[in-house]
Amino acid sequence: MNPVYYLYLAALLFTIGGAGVLIRRNAIVVFMCIELMLNACNLAFVTFSRMHGNLDGQIIAFFTMVVAAAEVVVGLAIIVSIFRTRHTASVDDASLMKL
Amino acid sequence: MENLIALLVAAPLVGAALLLCGGKRLDRTGHLIGSLFAVASFAIGVALFADLLGRGAEDRTLHQYLFSWIQVGGFRADAAFQLDQLSMTFVLLITGVGSLIHIYSIGYMEHDERRRRFFGYLNLFLAAMLLLVLADNYLLLYVGWEGVGLASYLLIGFWQHKPSAATAAKKAFLVNRVGDMGLSIAIMLMFTTFGTFAFGPVLAATGETSEGKLTAIGLMLLLAACGKSAQVPLQSWLGDAMEGPTPVSALIHAATMVTAGVYLITRSGAIFNAAPDAQVAVVAVGAVTLLFGAIVGCAKDDIKKALAGSTMSQIGYMILAAGLGPIGYAFAIMHLVTHGFFKAGLFLGAGSVMHGMNDEVDMRRYGGLRTYMPVTFITFGLGYLAIIGFPGLSGFFSKDKIIEAAFAKGGTEGWILGGAALLGAAITAFYMTRVMLMTFFGEKRWDPDTTHPHESPKVMTIPMIVLAVGSVFAGGLFSVNETFVKWLEPVTSFEHGHSPVSATTVTAATMVVLVLGVGLAWAMYGRRPVPATAPRGSLLTRAARRDLLQDDFNHVVLVRGGEHLTRTLVYLDHSLVDGAVNGTAASMGGLSGRLRKLQSGFVRSYAVQMLGGAAVLIAATLLMRGV
Amino acid sequence: MTVLAAAASTGEAVQFWLLGIVAVVGALCTILMKRAVHSALSLAGTMIVLAVFYLANGAYFLGVVQIVVYTGAIMMLFLFVVMLVGVTAADSLKETLKGQRWLAAGLGIGFGTLLIAGIGNASLKQFNGLGEANAGGNVQGLAALIFTKYVFAFEVTGALLITAVVGAMVLTHRERTERATSQREQAIARVREGKQVPPLPAPGVYARHNAVDIPGLLPDGTPSELTVNPTLRGRGQIRDVSRESLAELKALEQRSEEWLGRGEGPEAAPPPSGPSAPKEHKEGAKK
Repeated sequence: MNPVYYLYLAALLFTIGGAGVLIRRNAIVVFMCIELMLNACNLAFVTFSRMHGNLDGQIIAFFTMVVAAAEVVVGLAIIVSIFRTRHTASVDDASLMKL
Repeated sequence: MENLIALLVAAPLVGAALLLCGGKRLDRTGHLIGSLFAVASFAIGVALFADLLGRGAEDRTLHQYLFSWIQVGGFRADAAFQLDQLSMTFVLLITGVGSLIHIYSIGYMEHDERRRRFFGYLNLFLAAMLLLVLADNYLLLYVGWEGVGLASYLLIGFWQHKPSAATAAKKAFLVNRVGDMGLSIAIMLMFTTFGTFAFGPVLAATGETSEGKLTAIGLMLLLAACGKSAQVPLQSWLGDAMEGPTPVSALIHAATMVTAGVYLITRSGAIFNAAPDAQVAVVAVGAVTLLFGAIVGCAKDDIKKALAGSTMSQIGYMILAAGLGPIGYAFAIMHLVTHGFFKAGLFLGAGSVMHGMNDEVDMRRYGGLRTYMPVTFITFGLGYLAIIGFPGLSGFFSKDKIIEAAFAKGGTEGWILGGAALLGAAITAFYMTRVMLMTFFGEKRWDPDTTHPHESPKVMTIPMIVLAVGSVFAGGLFSVNETFVKWLEPVTSFEHGHSPVSATTVTAATMVVLVLGVGLAWAMYGRRPVPATAPRGSLLTRAARRDLLQDDFNHVVLVRGGEHLTRTLVYLDHSLVDGAVNGTAASMGGLSGRLRKLQSGFVRSYAVQMLGGAAVLIAATLLMRGV
Repeated sequence: MTVLAAAASTGEAVQFWLLGIVAVVGALCTILMKRAVHSALSLAGTMIVLAVFYLANGAYFLGVVQIVVYTGAIMMLFLFVVMLVGVTAADSLKETLKGQRWLAAGLGIGFGTLLIAGIGNASLKQFNGLGEANAGGNVQGLAALIFTKYVFAFEVTGALLITAVVGAMVLTHRERTERATSQREQAIARVREGKQVPPLPAPGVYARHNAVDIPGLLPDGTPSELTVNPTLRGRGQIRDVSRESLAELKALEQRSEEWLGRGEGPEAAPPPSGPSAPKEHKEGAKK
């Protein structure tokens, strides 16, 4: 088996995550889909690392995880505070910027 | 001596400023101050003239540089004066005749409460005209040109309480504006063609310039001259301008204003010499106008309007002569000077008659005045003899030369022009005799109970006498040894024309038509009593009374046409311009309304758009790599 | 786990195909499950599979970090927030934006096709393997890179994490502007408002269930609203204890007794009407 299949899998997971972002309304689920996309990217990075025979790809994946962690912390905090004020976690309801 | 040139202009300008800004405390002395500054200007002019005479014929051009007026990049205009023989002639005419008219006005305007202001305007008129003839470039000339227009507006409308005077002033101003446009376009053309508009470089460079451009410039200059000199087709203001006080008419017709056009064409002689097509236009305008004015003059019963028609006709002679090129320039100017004398005299005489007749202007209510105002009769009579070209008087010499030069043009053109000039001379003799007979001869047609004709005071008659002397002797003086022609030759250049008919024949022909014209007038107005009310007259007479339908023509063609043009333009503006603008706005609005729908505020819609964008990017990348 | 050649072994291929299917199914469940909890659990499964793949690709450190940080910490954080937020209308899968689902499907398929076409088009035949890079140990290799080549990025991510922590605190913190009411004051207020002064009544108790999802019955036999948690009622997770359904249940039990041959005989008559199939009331409530 050629390891390039990992890349196909990563592309597939990324696309599924993207579709999820588009069709789900629950902000938490949307967030999960974003995490899924990030993970798909990480898989691609790890595969590239193996392809090139050096560890730089893994380092990038590592940084992605760190950033994802920070993002989750802030994002979930935002969801919680939105829920507190508006009693909903639907991304469609957060449309106050529209005139 | 060069430094005196600016003083020529400055003197009347200071006078105007003093009188117009001085307020009521100058009311009692205003007329004296105004006349003083005019005479001072004349004195300076005489001093400069003496200086010029003391020089050789080639050094008679003086320059005075005042300051750099406008300088932007390659655009340069100086406030600088140029005094040469041509300018000198005009300076003497303007200041001399102008001063006499100032003095005359002291008496004529004695009872007018706005006399101070009147003299201020007169001074302004002189200053503007002097600036016009002394400028050393076309742009400064333009300033004087506009100044003359302004002063004429103020003076024609001086009795602004009369609606007719206010309207006439506006009419004069508007018609003049048309000509001014021509001059400004001509100046712009000069700048693009020559890169300058100083007389020296422009006139020296005509040799290397294409004839087309010169023709365009020449035609624009002709348009300008038509406006100021009341030539067809811009002649309509002159008759109405008689609404102004009579001294103003004298000033406009004799010394200033209408002579500006002749000056412009003569000054720009080099341009016209190099553009024969423009010259043809000039002589055509001159010939048409001299007949037009003469015919109008025949039909008018208003003494001033008859004289106005005469002016138009005489200026037509000058323009005709100026259009003939080097064979005519000198005679145009010579006729201008002699005309300045006798026309000023005639107008002042007419003013004197009106002064004694309770401001009556209708000649049908005059008659037999020669015994009541003898000085006026004699001076007016001398002016009359001069204008019809009575042998030995001024007009004889100058007009005869013009007719000769017209024949000398050669070919069919020469015959037509010469014929027109001769015909004009006959008509001139007719209408001037008519004026003379109706005014001073025949039985009294005025009411002796209400009207007490009397001679004018000395302050009015003395200028008339001086002008009458000029009318008698100027022409002869100028013609002895061709003095005048030689004087002007360095500026205007001169060639003897080769006439197909000899000078003697022309003179004889002139005499014949003169006698014919006078005889016809005598037959119609001398032997028969003149009816106090005008008979209906022939079709031509009625048309001529209406200035040969000039105003009707202007109304139908220009006013109506202008209205229609304006309406069309307004319609186009509404439908096309506004339509385009509003259409753009509406389409932008509609597009924005559509695009606004994209901004739904829903994060997921934005996410769809982002994903779409990303997909497009990937597709583009793949395509670029040549999938 | 130490050998990582350019090409994968047969064992790895088997592992890839099996776990790959699991990962895709997990991802699909993440986006299709109605409840956020189920989505989170599906995602956790996918992430574990990915961790295995990391390990298979020679990223041992990352594989472990994936399990510890992602599955262990981040997904638990998600679950906590799901718990905090609770049930909302957002859980419905009904689409409210016009054409959004079609657009999403079309764009998703197009995007995925393009990505896969791109990968297939790229020349990715040559795999060097990580044998050499991991020779001194994967963790040591990563550490050497992080603290030399990527040290600035590392420091910056540290700053990012600190900022994120502070940001989360600022976002979720609520400043108390007045003194908290004491228990005594709360009691007084409740009496003054005159609403449910004594404690809420206990839930009902049934022979087979002794649970909070069964409402207590009032003396006239009707269920009491007060006895069950409003959250459960909101979710439709309350068992129906009305007279009819209880009778139905009783008949059902009797039938099953008969079926099993333990019936008491003639008094165990079948009910005159009703569905023949056994039916959970919970599901009935859900419809």
